[in-house]
Amino acid sequence: MSEAPAAPPAASADRDHDLGLLLRPPGARPGWRLLPARIAALCAVELQKLSHDRTELYTRAVQPALWLLIFGQTFTRIKAIPTGGTPYVDYLAPGIIAQSAMFIAIFYGIQIIWERDAGVLNKLLVTPTPRSALITGKAFASGVKALIQAVVVIVIAAVLGVALTWNPLRLLGVAAAVVLGSAFFSCLSMTIAGIVLSRDRLMGFGQAITMPLFFGSNALYPLSVMPGWLQAVSKVNPLSYQVDALRGLLLGTPAQLATDFAVLAVAAALGIAAASSLLGRLAR
Amino acid sequence: MTGDAADALTCTGLAYAFGATNAVDGLDLTVRQGEVFGLLGPNGAGKTTAIRCVTTLLPVPAGMVRVFGHDAARDQMAVRRLLGYVPQQLSADAALTGRQNVALFARVFDVPRRERAERVRQALAAVGLADAADRLAGTYSGGMVRRLELAQALVSAPRLLILDEPTIGLDPIARTGVWEHINAVRAATGMTVLVTTHYMDEADQYCDRVGLMHRGRVRALGTPAELRQGLRERLGADALPTLEDVFRAVAGSGLDEKSGEFRDVRSTRRTARRVG
Repeated sequence: MSEAPAAPPAASADRDHDLGLLLRPPGARPGWRLLPARIAALCAVELQKLSHDRTELYTRAVQPALWLLIFGQTFTRIKAIPTGGTPYVDYLAPGIIAQSAMFIAIFYGIQIIWERDAGVLNKLLVTPTPRSALITGKAFASGVKALIQAVVVIVIAAVLGVALTWNPLRLLGVAAAVVLGSAFFSCLSMTIAGIVLSRDRLMGFGQAITMPLFFGSNALYPLSVMPGWLQAVSKVNPLSYQVDALRGLLLGTPAQLATDFAVLAVAAALGIAAASSLLGRLAR
Repeated sequence: MTGDAADALTCTGLAYAFGATNAVDGLDLTVRQGEVFGLLGPNGAGKTTAIRCVTTLLPVPAGMVRVFGHDAARDQMAVRRLLGYVPQQLSADAALTGRQNVALFARVFDVPRRERAERVRQALAAVGLADAADRLAGTYSGGMVRRLELAQALVSAPRLLILDEPTIGLDPIARTGVWEHINAVRAATGMTVLVTTHYMDEADQYCDRVGLMHRGRVRALGTPAELRQGLRERLGADALPTLEDVFRAVAGSGLDEKSGEFRDVRSTRRTARRVG
């Protein structure tokens, strides 16, 4: 055994047949500590899975790298997009962090339906875990995955010579924006999962909403170049606020950080509430 | 009958419908503390739906479900703390090791950190997976996954262990292995076990009492021996019928409440009550 037990069993001679602890139900945790404990447990699982199989980490790094390398480099030369003096690849990098985080999060609905079909979700639902804690845990777990992704994009961007901040406080803000955005988009996906209830239908929805969310935001170009109707879309799109915050923090461009974080926090909270209320439908 | 905390589980008039189909249709059921109770029935009898109502996965639209006196419709968190649940599907997470699979359930049942590792180790040892604990569950055989799920359910020391078709799809040796571990753990911990199955031989061998479910209700109830003896008396046969014969007598002829068969079942039930 790699882990040494803190409380060694009395009769260690017959250690394998000692079931002493299995006779004693663990006590309930006080209510206010339950939510953080569940979030930690579900995030730990996400990290454990990634530690066993890093393929996803590598394959998911390909797309953002291509966006920065091909799209970013080309549009830097064309100089078609008014970025207020920032090189285009710099301008693009925070948008790509937000985009790749969203692409991870938008798969969470498919994952939760898969877990429903496999019985994993039902087992978790028969534990003393409120629906909202389970959803919040999943939401943060997608945030953890997105953070790793963000680190990859930041490293690629740094290699491409993008002048990013290395101020730890700002980077903490970046982490918060990434996690909140992922929480919202994973909950959006899990909410749709709770409505459509099947993986195939959710795949269709996922495809249908990711591109509009991406192109209907300021990830690739500023609001000012959009037609009026698209600006309206962009203004209700949480991705825009996430990109604005990331740009402000990473590049130091003018940003409305307070508004950005408020919108992201409210969106995440609404997403968690919606997905939690529909989770019971998935179990039926 | 309602809310007797001395019973592990009581269902009274439990009904659940999917659209126009009454999957569970007025189920009355009592599982006593410490027994292994087998809920038997053909596919579509309503076993799984009943189990899902008990485990709080489904609401209780009509009737009453109590687990050690706690109302499953109102006091869901208290009920969940008392339950260990192994669903029909082989549902361990293939991308985690056996130990990590069990540790997750220790965490979500609020096992304190200081005893988590030891408790997980004991649960894995109890199902004979100590040596395979650090392999990915994806590399396990079907029987091993089932035992891993048993460990996941045991790690929180449940008072009522609910197993939905625990041996479905397993080879005979794995089936025996799963049952031996269920029995050993029950003997060591004294927990109550509610199991659904359609393998009559398993129910005969391993269950203290069985309820034969058909069309949403328990149609015959008693120890396997009582049910077999009851059918023997009814048929006037010399040889003791198997539980499968009893099952066929209850479910085989498309019975409904008004048919003669049902009266026979009721007499079997009375016999069961007299003897048990």
